[in-house]
Amino acid sequence: MSLMVSPFKLNELGILGMNKRNIGFIGRYNQRKNYRLADNKLKTKSAAIARAIPVPELIGIVDYQFQIRTLGTLLQDRDAFVIKPSQGSGGKGILVIVGREGDKFIKSSGALIDQGEVHRHSSNILAGLYSLGGRNDSAMIEALIDFDPILKDYSYEGVPDIRVIVFRGVPVMAMIRCATHSSDGKANLHQGAVGVGIDIGTGQSICAVQHNRIVRQHPDTHVYFDSLSIPHWQQVLELASGCAGMTGLDYLGVDIVLDRLRGPMLLELNARPGLAIQVANQSGLQHRLLLAAKIADDCDDAEQKIRLARQQFTFQPEQLRVDF
Amino acid sequence: MINSKIQIALISGVLIALGVGLTLYKAVSLNLPLLPGEYREVWTVESKTSFTPTDGPVNVGLRLPASLAGWTILDEHFVSSGFGFSIIEESATVSTARWTRQSLDHATTLYYKMQIYRARADRQLPALAVNKPAQPLLEADQQAAMDRVVQRVSQQSSDRESFTLLLMQELLRESQDQDIQFLLSSYENDSLALILESLASAEIPAHELRGLELEDGRRRQTLSSLIEVHTGDKWIIANPKTARLGLPDNFFIWQRGGDAILNLSGGRNSSLEFALVSNSLPAKAVLGMEQRAEEFALLDFSIYTLPVEQQGVFKGLLLIPVAALVVVIMRLLVGVKTSGTFMPILIALAFIQTTLVVGLIIFLALIGSGLWIRSYLSRLNLLLVARVATVIIVVILLMAALAVTSYKLGLDQILTVTFFPTVIVAWTIERMSILWEEEGGHEVLIQGSGSLLVAVLAYLAMSNRLVEHLTFNFPELSLSLLGVILLLGKYTGYRLSELYRFRDLASKK
Repeated sequence: MSLMVSPFKLNELGILGMNKRNIGFIGRYNQRKNYRLADNKLKTKSAAIARAIPVPELIGIVDYQFQIRTLGTLLQDRDAFVIKPSQGSGGKGILVIVGREGDKFIKSSGALIDQGEVHRHSSNILAGLYSLGGRNDSAMIEALIDFDPILKDYSYEGVPDIRVIVFRGVPVMAMIRCATHSSDGKANLHQGAVGVGIDIGTGQSICAVQHNRIVRQHPDTHVYFDSLSIPHWQQVLELASGCAGMTGLDYLGVDIVLDRLRGPMLLELNARPGLAIQVANQSGLQHRLLLAAKIADDCDDAEQKIRLARQQFTFQPEQLRVDF
Repeated sequence: MINSKIQIALISGVLIALGVGLTLYKAVSLNLPLLPGEYREVWTVESKTSFTPTDGPVNVGLRLPASLAGWTILDEHFVSSGFGFSIIEESATVSTARWTRQSLDHATTLYYKMQIYRARADRQLPALAVNKPAQPLLEADQQAAMDRVVQRVSQQSSDRESFTLLLMQELLRESQDQDIQFLLSSYENDSLALILESLASAEIPAHELRGLELEDGRRRQTLSSLIEVHTGDKWIIANPKTARLGLPDNFFIWQRGGDAILNLSGGRNSSLEFALVSNSLPAKAVLGMEQRAEEFALLDFSIYTLPVEQQGVFKGLLLIPVAALVVVIMRLLVGVKTSGTFMPILIALAFIQTTLVVGLIIFLALIGSGLWIRSYLSRLNLLLVARVATVIIVVILLMAALAVTSYKLGLDQILTVTFFPTVIVAWTIERMSILWEEEGGHEVLIQGSGSLLVAVLAYLAMSNRLVEHLTFNFPELSLSLLGVILLLGKYTGYRLSELYRFRDLASKK
C-alpha cells in the first residue's frame, strides 16, 4: 500500500475533497442565513418540535452565570443527563452524566466528579469556550438518551449516533459512530470512535474504520460489526430527509439517535458535515451527489426521494461488499 | 457559478498582469534592478536645533555640511514653520541656513534633514590653505609647563605626524606627568583645546574637524571632533580619543575648522542634536534618486518618497502578502492544520526580529511554560475572559523573566523576546490547552507543529533577500499576489493531505 494515492484515482472514485465540499456544495447550496438553525441546538430543537420531529427531552437552559448556582435544584431528581453548549461544534463541550453516587456524579466513562466540576463546565460553556468563534453561549441540559439495546454492544461507554448526509432532501450516505474507550465515550471519529458505514438501501453495515483504518471488531467490546443492522431504518431516513426541509439547507449532516422507547430522535444538525463518512463507506460522495441531484430534479415528494435513494445507493449482496 | 468563476478569472488575470506589467515597466524604463544586486547604505541625518527665545528678533544660523571625503548628499529638507528661511552661500564650500523671526515666545526646535551615502571609497579632502599658527596667549606657569611638554614630546618624535600622535598618547595615558596634569586642569579638562594649543606652540598648523559618528538608530547624537594636522606637505587626520591616524569610515564631516556651527541671537539654552537612521537601498535606485528625473512620475509615487521611518514600516508590511500566500497554499493545497488561521504570520514576523533558531527556542519555551501554568489555572475554575487575561499577564512575566535571565547570562539575542505578540501567544496557549483537554496531546502536537511549520516557511519566504527586494522595490507585485490568492480561493481539487487520508480507499478497488 503506497503512502499516497494519485489525485486522478481519487477523482475516478468520486471522493469528495475538502476544497470541493466547501466551494461546490456548502458554499453553493447552503445559504448563510440558514446556518443559524443548524448551528444553534436550541433553535434546532424548537423547530423540530414544531414539525413533530422527535428530539431528546430538554430539562433546562442556563443563560447566565448566576443561574449556575441553581443547577443543583434543577437537577435534583435527575440521575442521568447531558450538559452541552447550544452553539458548540464538533461535539465539543458535551458532559454526559449517567448516574449519581452520594454527592458525586458518574460520567459515562465511570469517573466520578463533584458538583463544582459540573458548575465549572457550565460556566465555561457560558463564556463561549466551546462555541464557534468564542461567542457567549447558553448551556442546555437534556435527558440522557436511553438508547436502543440492539446497539448496546457496538458502543462502549457512550451513545452511538447515526449520521446521514442529505443532499437536496435525498439521503446519500450514512454511518453510525460508535464510542470507544479511547474516544472517552464520545462518538467523535477524530478522537478514536469507530465509524461504520451503513447501506442506504438496507440499513446494514458496510465497513468499519477507526483512525482511518479498517477494523472488524469493536476494540473494547470485541463485537463484530458485520452483523450490525440499524432498526427502524426507513424512519431514520424519513427523519433525516424531513430535517432538510426544515432547515432549508441543501447539503446537510443529520445526527440521529435511537431511543429504546421512542425510536429515532434528532440529536443535532451539521451544516458542514465532515468527509470521514467516505472512508467508513469505502466509497466516494461525488457520484452519489450527482445521482441525488437527478433524483431531486425528478421528484418533489420526500417519500419518493427516499425510495429512489434506497434503490440507488445500495450494494447488492454479491457486489463489492468489503470482507470482514 | 460559472459566472462567478469567470469573474474571478478575469479579476485575477487583470491583477496579475497589472502587477507584473508595472514591475517590468519599472525594471525596463526606470532601470530598477529585478535582482537584489549591490546595496548602498543611505543615512538619513536629521539635525535638531533647540533654543529658548529671549526678547527681540531671533536669528539662527546653522552651518551646513558639504559633500566631502567620498560622501554625497542626496536630498536636503528644512522645516521652518513661522520662520523666514534662506540659505546663504558664503563660498563655494561653505553655506549657512538662516532662520529669522521678529519675535518668539516659546522654546522651539528647528529641523534640517538630509540623506547621505558614500559614493566613492576614497577619502580625499580638498586642499586647504596653510596658515602659520598664532601662538597661544598663556600665563607664565602655563607657558613653562607647555614648553616642557612640547620639548619632551618633540625630542621623542621624528616628524610632525609622530609628534601629534605622541602628544595624544600622553594625554590618554592613565598616569600623566605633572605638567600635563597641570595643563589639563588649567584648560578645564578640554583636551582638544590643549592639543590644538600645544600644536600651535610647536608651530604645527592644525585645526579642528567636526562631524558625526554615524550609528544606526541614534536619536540624540552630538558632534564629535577630530584634529587635522599639516605635516609640511599634506594634511593628515588624527583622532584625539584613540590617538590613531586617518578618517574613520563612519565619520561624516560637518565642518573643517573651529568656527561655530550654530549661531544664535535672540535666544539662549541652544542645543544641537542629531538623529540618525541607516537604510540599505539598491545601488541603482540610489543613483536614480541622485539624478531625480522628473519625468519618471512612477518613482515619485514609490515608497522611496516616504520619510525613512515609514519606509522601514512599509518594508515589513509589504512582506505580509507573501506570508499570507504561504498560509493559503499550506492550508488549501497542502492541508496543514494550524491553530488559528493567521497566527503563523504573526509568529513569522516575530521570527524576523529574533532570527529563526532563537525565535523557535523562545516560542517553544513560552508556549511550554505557559501551558504548564495554564494547566494549574484550569483547576481554579475561572471565568474564560479572566483566565485569558491571566495568561496574558503570565506570558508578559515569562517574557520579562526570560529577558532578564538571558541578559544576566550574556545571551543578548534572547532579549528580542519582546517582539513576540503577547496577546497572540496567550490565545495560542489558551487554545492549545483547551485542545489538550478536549482532544488530547496528539491533536495539540499536530496543530502546534502545523502552525510552527507554516510559520517557519512564511519566515523563510519573508526573509529571502530576493523576496524582500522585490516586495519593497516593486510594491505593485502585491496586486499579482492578490490575483493568485483569489484564484486559489476557487481551487476545488484535492489537498495533499487528502491523498494520504483517503489512500486506503483506492487500494481496496
